[in-house]
Amino acid sequence: MRRLVLATCAVLLAPEAAIAADPARGAEIYNSRCIACHAPDANRVGPKHRGVVGRAAGSVPGFAYSKALKGAGLTWDEATLDRWLADPEAFLPGQRMNFRVADPADRADLIAYLQTLR
Amino acid sequence: MSIETTRLITGMNRGETNSILTDRRALLRGAGTFGLSAAAIAVLGGCESMAASKSATAADVDILNVALGLEHEAISAYQLGAQSGLLQDPVLQVAVAFQSHHKGHRDALVATIEKLGGKPVAEQSMSDYATALNAGSLKSQADVLHLAARLEKGAANAYLGVIPTFGDKGLAQVAGRLAADETMHWTALASALGEQLPAKALTFGA
Repeated sequence: MRRLVLATCAVLLAPEAAIAADPARGAEIYNSRCIACHAPDANRVGPKHRGVVGRAAGSVPGFAYSKALKGAGLTWDEATLDRWLADPEAFLPGQRMNFRVADPADRADLIAYLQTLR
Repeated sequence: MSIETTRLITGMNRGETNSILTDRRALLRGAGTFGLSAAAIAVLGGCESMAASKSATAADVDILNVALGLEHEAISAYQLGAQSGLLQDPVLQVAVAFQSHHKGHRDALVATIEKLGGKPVAEQSMSDYATALNAGSLKSQADVLHLAARLEKGAANAYLGVIPTFGDKGLAQVAGRLAADETMHWTALASALGEQLPAKALTFGA
């Protein structure tokens, strides 16, 4: 019984990153919340997203970035995208996106979808 | 969509719809050079205290400029739809009415940004918008409506998403009003496309 309780607690307390992210759900979130400004293959109000994972921040040709992003000197990966999406201004003060994705599970799914845009 | 439905959606009476149709030719010639619209004055009327508020920040101006970019694109998207020849009356009338709402949003945002000491972001060329929105793929009225619905839903979510970020509560309220307009547009477009309304509550802004 004690083992069962401990095992249950271990599952309940498992880090959220351990839950597999769902790129299909991420696509739904993208098409609902990101699509106003972004597209996979075109610069719009925001830069295009194809290839964003692994790309240097502020490096899409033809897009007018904020100074904050141009000079960020970072590469977009799971960790940096998670911090960016959680609170862009806290991560890179002076940026212009300002749209937050508050739920960690939503961010994980969204990042999983962005990883499919290769 | 019937003309009566169109009037129901847009709140226009017969004279007003005729007026919109009369104005259509002017609209199709491109974005007009008119002064502040009634909508702009109305929004700004609620924001006069905001404009002088110490709580409005440079970050607020940046958010408003992103919003202005969205409005520029929305105006162009409806322009592309109207010029495509794919929209038939009364859907065309609704598109023209929605475009006028976005022009009202644009005027209000430009005036507010300027009042706050910012520089409003300029619109891009129509060809840039056509490329960005993949206008070449639009082959039917339904294609145009799907594009418009996608943009309107995204805009509603974008406005709702930035509300907590504003330093100024008056600006946050304006973002809420803009989101309400976009949601109204999406609802009408989804209805015209015969799509089901969301089964669950709280589907926007999540």
